[in-house]
Amino acid sequence: MNFLKWRERALESVFLICALTAIVGVLLVFIFVTIKGFPIFEKVGVLKFLFSLDWSPSDNQFGILTFIIGSFLVTAGALALGAPMAIMTAIFLSEIAPKRVQKLVRPAVELLAGIPSVVYGFFGILIIVPVVRTLFGGSGLGLLTGWIILAIMILPTIATISEDAIRAVPKSFREASFGMGATRWQTIWRVVLPAAKNGLIGATILGMGRAIGETMAVLMVLGNAPIIPKSLVGPVGALTSIIALNMSYASGDHQTALFGMGIVLFMISFFFVALIRFVSRKRS
Amino acid sequence: MAEAVHADAIQANMLSGDKIDVHDLDFYYGDFKALEDVTVGIKRNAITAFIGPSGCGKSTFLRSLNRMNDLIDGTRVEGTVLLDGKDIYAEDVDVVDLRRRVGMIFQQANPFPLSIYENIAYGPRIHGLRNKAELDTIVEDSLTKANLWKEVKDKLGQPGTDLSGGQQQRLCIARVLAVNPEVLLMDEPCSAIDPTSTQKIEDLMDKLKDNFTIVIVTHNMQQAARVSDYTAFFLAEDTNLPAKLIEYDMTDIVFTNPTDKRTENYITGRFG
Repeated sequence: MNFLKWRERALESVFLICALTAIVGVLLVFIFVTIKGFPIFEKVGVLKFLFSLDWSPSDNQFGILTFIIGSFLVTAGALALGAPMAIMTAIFLSEIAPKRVQKLVRPAVELLAGIPSVVYGFFGILIIVPVVRTLFGGSGLGLLTGWIILAIMILPTIATISEDAIRAVPKSFREASFGMGATRWQTIWRVVLPAAKNGLIGATILGMGRAIGETMAVLMVLGNAPIIPKSLVGPVGALTSIIALNMSYASGDHQTALFGMGIVLFMISFFFVALIRFVSRKRS
Repeated sequence: MAEAVHADAIQANMLSGDKIDVHDLDFYYGDFKALEDVTVGIKRNAITAFIGPSGCGKSTFLRSLNRMNDLIDGTRVEGTVLLDGKDIYAEDVDVVDLRRRVGMIFQQANPFPLSIYENIAYGPRIHGLRNKAELDTIVEDSLTKANLWKEVKDKLGQPGTDLSGGQQQRLCIARVLAVNPEVLLMDEPCSAIDPTSTQKIEDLMDKLKDNFTIVIVTHNMQQAARVSDYTAFFLAEDTNLPAKLIEYDMTDIVFTNPTDKRTENYITGRFG
């Protein structure tokens, strides 16, 4: 085998190995978390683990439904606030803003994605928490604060992908609509958005995945109590924040239960990825 | 100066009674002058064809008749375009209403990703019509006028994009007819469809001209000769130079006895 051919082969292998790292990484994490967490299912029982509200590790009670509900509450609110804002940002960037304004706004949006989540947490504690406390009462640490922080955090994800989806709508649709005397708003609302619908849904699901997996920022602002919040400002625990908080000191079954929560989180993100695949397949 | 030109234009229009009267129109893409000194009167209830080689500005000119070029950044129009004697570039003009009156058909059939019915109902809906019975009537009327009703009446709920290319183009014509326009601008409507479908669209144009003023841009000179009553020949002598209207007359005259040598060269196929 001559040198050139050998080099081709070698390069191919390097690329292949890099690509395989992703698969191997996912598999290793999954296997590790499963091995560490699976015993809790046997010990407590899958149904009890998933559907019991009773979480008190010191009494050997490991029901995580509170946190599953907490995670979904936090995520749903963040989406309700963040997704419309993000999609409107995307519409503004792709359909309305003149080039000069785009050049200002787009990097700002992209920069939001680059801010470390601990900084969002700081921002939450220093700014949002006092504001929420003053306006709505309570300690300021809780559901509403989490929503606001997460809404800002998922904005760049949803906005950039939505913008791509909107830009992918053929120009001819817009021309046809304008050519019939539609206003810009009518064209956006009745032609562009419906045509970009699947992309927008995909973007939202991705934002949802990001919201449910976010840990550091929510840990700092949620209050992390093992109860279902009774009001907007009540403290709430999410799967991620409880795992992170408890992991440093947990041992025995308690630690196993935290890994069990990890499996649940893993399943949830698996589900989201599958959902995105399904939606984008429908598009093409 | 501009005011004087304007007044002249209005006076000339009163004399001619043309549907659209264009006077001394210059068109710019940024600093580049794409069209220079175009003066032309588009006759009512007739078909006017714009012909000329690629890049001669005929589509640009067509799109300046309903201000579709407004959607492109950095474009600018100088001169006067009168629709029924009113300047469409005047400040108080409602562009949305202008585009309803002067509808447009594009080169590539572009039905929305909606059902056949919804494609037609789109226009009336955006102009505020909600009544289902009225919408039904408009949908049937428009499709009938566009010679498409018989082919699609049993599948109005199916996606417009499932139709054949020629049917899609007639769907787009029906969609424009549904908002009751006065002028139809057609930008190479047949360049992407087969000869049989082209024939159908040409028949349709002939029928529609009783009620509409039609302007068509075409690369196909036989098509211009077949369907049009008037022909305008555009030419840019060089890619850096603005295009001009070289000759404009009744189609028979342009094709059999053109005044300008360049027109003759083009229609006899010596370039373009």
